[in-house]
Amino acid sequence: MISFFVRRLLLAILTMWVVSVLSYVIIQLPPGDFVDTYISQQSASGSTVSAAEAQSLRELYGLDQPVWIQYGKWITRILTGDFGESMEWRQPVKDVIGDRLWFTVLISVAALLVTWGLALPIGIYSAVRQYSFGDYAFTLIGFVGLAVPNFLLALIIMYLSFRYLGANAGGLFSAEFELAPWSWAKLWDLIKHLPLPSVILALGGTAQLIRIMRANLLDELRRPYVVTARAKGLPERWVVLKYPVRAALNPFASTVAYLFPYLVSGSVIISIVLSLPTVGPLLVRSLISQDMFLAGTIVLLLGVLTVIGTFISDLVLMWVDPRIRHQMD
Amino acid sequence: MPPTLMAERAAAPAAGTPILSVRGLKTYFRADDGVVRAVDGVSFDVRAGRTLGIVGESGCGKSITARSILGIVDRPGKIEAGEVWLTPGGGTGAPIDLAKLASDSAEMRAIRGKEIALVFQEPMSSFSHYYTVGNQIMEAIRLHSDATKQQAHARAVELLRLVGVPKPERRVDEYPFQLSGGLRQRVMIAMALACDPHVLIADEPTTALDVTTQAQILDLMRELQAKRALALILITHDMGVIAEMADDVVVMYLGRVVERGPVDAIFHDPKHPYTQALLRSIPSIMATPRTKLATISGSIPHPLNRPTGCPFHPRCPDFKPGVCDKAEPATTVIDDRREVACFLYGGGA
Ligand SMILES: Nc1ncnc2c1ncn2[C@@H]1O[C@H](COP(=O)(O)OP(=O)(O)OP(=O)(O)O)[C@@H](O)[C@H]1O
Ligand code: SF4
Ligand SMILES: [Mg+2]
Repeated sequence: MISFFVRRLLLAILTMWVVSVLSYVIIQLPPGDFVDTYISQQSASGSTVSAAEAQSLRELYGLDQPVWIQYGKWITRILTGDFGESMEWRQPVKDVIGDRLWFTVLISVAALLVTWGLALPIGIYSAVRQYSFGDYAFTLIGFVGLAVPNFLLALIIMYLSFRYLGANAGGLFSAEFELAPWSWAKLWDLIKHLPLPSVILALGGTAQLIRIMRANLLDELRRPYVVTARAKGLPERWVVLKYPVRAALNPFASTVAYLFPYLVSGSVIISIVLSLPTVGPLLVRSLISQDMFLAGTIVLLLGVLTVIGTFISDLVLMWVDPRIRHQMD
Repeated sequence: MPPTLMAERAAAPAAGTPILSVRGLKTYFRADDGVVRAVDGVSFDVRAGRTLGIVGESGCGKSITARSILGIVDRPGKIEAGEVWLTPGGGTGAPIDLAKLASDSAEMRAIRGKEIALVFQEPMSSFSHYYTVGNQIMEAIRLHSDATKQQAHARAVELLRLVGVPKPERRVDEYPFQLSGGLRQRVMIAMALACDPHVLIADEPTTALDVTTQAQILDLMRELQAKRALALILITHDMGVIAEMADDVVVMYLGRVVERGPVDAIFHDPKHPYTQALLRSIPSIMATPRTKLATISGSIPHPLNRPTGCPFHPRCPDFKPGVCDKAEPATTVIDDRREVACFLYGGGA
């Protein structure tokens, strides 16, 4: 048991390291660097950047050194908690990102909860009442949910709420709370704004998870242990919920691992459309301007969060499946 | 009041008391591509302290018969006709026709596990691997009695001891996947006996086990039956098991009972050509080793493609053209325990 934890933890740390290398390499991939982009931006707006100025900028950010040295410096500083300075914003990366990371996590977790909260009962219903009207209806809605891109849905909902409710559905806060310090009222405002983006974000994954739950449960419902349970005289609802649903939950739990990155990347476009203060829009901008430290930090943090999510889903899996628990002893 | 253990059953019914009578039971599966008549007019009686063996090749409707009795046939299967008369309380209560009860009704659920219990072929897949065996045994106890958790736990341990599980105090908290096949089947029997049922249906309880374990499990069932005057329905496709265990035998073919009778009569004077063929196909102790076993010629027809007339006629060595393929033979009563459905013994309309 303990050794399992240690192994998992080591694996997680290794994965994070690989993520950090990959994120740095990927950011380096496009031709040119931040200074090139900066120069072309400046010349587009009429001013020029002298060669000396460019050189000093490169030295300032260490862009003249080989990639592995740059990486080495970057990762060492990160280990000490210093994420460096955003080149574009001329501010510490930490301040640029600010609360955005937590909002990203908040929205993703909320979306995950919505996904489960919808997929679990609907999946069970669809399996137990296979080929019923409700099953077909949910299947149809599910496929529509899968086929319609999130951002389109977001746009439609924004339009509708603007048109008919006169309210702006975007953002995570009302205007008066946007810059206000934290308070209960602000928190409540946040909670009120959370459902819409979470539901929009959750829909694609929900449709997928309903299919998974339905298929798993249909499989489990045919197993002999279900007949055993019925033969004991248990009420049908009890039979279904205690035995096959429990078994079908297993693959369900492992979906956390892949759903989380899916939600985070999905949140990028949604955030732009709904103008949510998540890291998504920031990441896109920093990639365009080749603001390496900012982009690198965001990619790294998202990677780390995903690894943590996977770790948690492993623990959940272990908790729900006694066979896994016992294999480890 | 904690439930009493079977060993101390207050009033065990006298052996031979009729407990369960099945009459003309028909269970069909209706699908778009046709009707599967899984059980097509089955009748038999089960008595306290006696074993009824149901034998037949794969797919002849043995399991569906068992499930029909308990009202747990999967959709689209449905009991179309017939009666299942249970005299509850080991022959003391007022008879109930189970076929008339709705499958999820409280009355039917009170019968399942309490009056009639089931043991399955696959001890591996017949348990859930997400709960301890104790949990799965206690569940039945607490469902059918007002035992507390502690009482149910104590009884689960006692049951495990009764069926010969070593170290029951420890085993009760283990998961099914931690047990061997033989132990698992013992636990399965313990679970079936949890609420002291009067009828036990064992659907191929030993098929998945090796020969030694098989003998042990059969011994256990015989012992338990003697202790508590259990009416046992033993489903198998193994004539050897029938010879060892059964008092009466029902031979099924394609959902119908083709022959019924006391075990001696079935073995020494089989009437129906199908019964005769089944008996020829079992290895005898006298047979010279390595001689080829006689198998029944031809194969079982597809359930959707039933032969006309006598369902056995394409494979029957005594087939009478113009008779056997024209009409189904009716059941001929030979004496009060013996019946056969074949034109060789009358069977005319
Ligand atoms: N869910 C179902 N849908 C349609 N037909 C079914 C279904 N379940 C069983 N049947 C049919 O019912 C018939 C009897 O099946 P049953 O399981 O009772 O056979 P069996 O005698 O127990 O065989 P075995 O020795 O293999 O256990 C078979 O022909 C089978 O095809
Ligand atoms: S009725 Fe005819 S075909 Fe059927 S078993 Fe008897 S002899 Fe054979
Ligand atoms: Mg069967």
